[in-house]
Amino acid sequence: MPSLKDLRNRISSVRATQKITSAMKMVAAAKLRRAQEAAEAARPYAERMERMLGSLGGSLAGSAGAPKLLAGSGDDRTHLVVVATADRGLCGGFNGGIVRRARELIEELEATDKTVRILCVGRKGRDQLRRLHGTKIVDVIEGVGRRSVEFAEADAIAERVRTMFGEGEFDVCTIVYARFKSAISNEVTVQQLVPAPLPETDGGAASEGPSAVYIYEPDEEAILEDLLPRNVSVQVYRALLENAASEHGARMAAMDNATRNAGDMIARLTLQYNRTRQAMITKELIEIISGAEAV
Amino acid sequence: MADGKVEFELVTPERLLLSQEADMVVVPGAAGDFGVLPRHSPLISTVRPGTIRLHDGAGEPAAIFVAGGFAEVTPERCTVLADEAVPLAELDRAEVERELREAREDAADTDDERRRAAAERRAAVAEAKLAELG
Repeated sequence: MPSLKDLRNRISSVRATQKITSAMKMVAAAKLRRAQEAAEAARPYAERMERMLGSLGGSLAGSAGAPKLLAGSGDDRTHLVVVATADRGLCGGFNGGIVRRARELIEELEATDKTVRILCVGRKGRDQLRRLHGTKIVDVIEGVGRRSVEFAEADAIAERVRTMFGEGEFDVCTIVYARFKSAISNEVTVQQLVPAPLPETDGGAASEGPSAVYIYEPDEEAILEDLLPRNVSVQVYRALLENAASEHGARMAAMDNATRNAGDMIARLTLQYNRTRQAMITKELIEIISGAEAV
Repeated sequence: MADGKVEFELVTPERLLLSQEADMVVVPGAAGDFGVLPRHSPLISTVRPGTIRLHDGAGEPAAIFVAGGFAEVTPERCTVLADEAVPLAELDRAEVERELREAREDAADTDDERRRAAAERRAAVAEAKLAELG
């Protein structure tokens, strides 16, 4: 039976924890709003780029002159998996979900005799992958989106991917991240970055007739030459933005739960504290009365 | 869509910067400036660093500097995907000159091939800004 003093200490420590979690929840909510706005604001660019790529790539896919970023290196032996997670924890199952999916992907690939290399964006991904797949981790990029995700940061990561591809270090690149659905839910997504996947709809657009026939300036190859690297950056940027929004959403939900649990715990402990206090008073009264009767 | 107008959209990676109708848009294409009027033939072009001029009604056209990107033109619409976009009036000559100097210094300093290419690109953008400022 814990003493009254112990209970008082427990209650005050839980109360302190509750203050922290509720503050973290508020911070996460504010950051979530900003991250969500940023993610939504970035959508038009990515969408239009996809449309352009669709109409361009549709006419070039399969031809010999197609750039490597579109056509691939003609092989699929080595895979680069970019695992985008957060740098910090305390956000429920957010990091765990992404890492679990990444691990499944790695196992699938290895089961078919592919070589896998890993590029971690965010410290938590590295921490959780290091034990099983430590030797495959090529590099870890930390501190992305500490305040807000900048396009330059995504561009630097994409540049890294492009350089590795240019040097023939991998054949296929996929990115694993959490797509933002709502403040309380996200969906772990695996997306191929290199070679650029063509949108499914371009077949329909191309057969629409003369309106879909574009003039290209300077020419298709030259535009693709510019567009494809740009597309990798944009896709990475979008993934990072979605990830940031999901992270804050997950943290908000986790901290909300924690605050509620702390409240429950305080209520339970307070009840126990009061019972113990009353039991002691009763005991003292009995002692006094029985003492008086004995006289 | 109002008759005889082009829907113009200017998008940067961060956000949709501008979405409005115009009588004519002049875009600095890689192979030379081109004007977009309604019912223009479908066109996809790369964009060099330069100024987009938006003619709508009477008066001075709105001028927006873009640091390269892509343009997609359909009969109804003109979409520009810009790497970076600033209204020309907000460019500051001293600031741009400093950018240019720094980019040139970076290009001269570094041995790394990629970093030099990036610095040279920055220098080219700054030069284009200066040229637009006249």
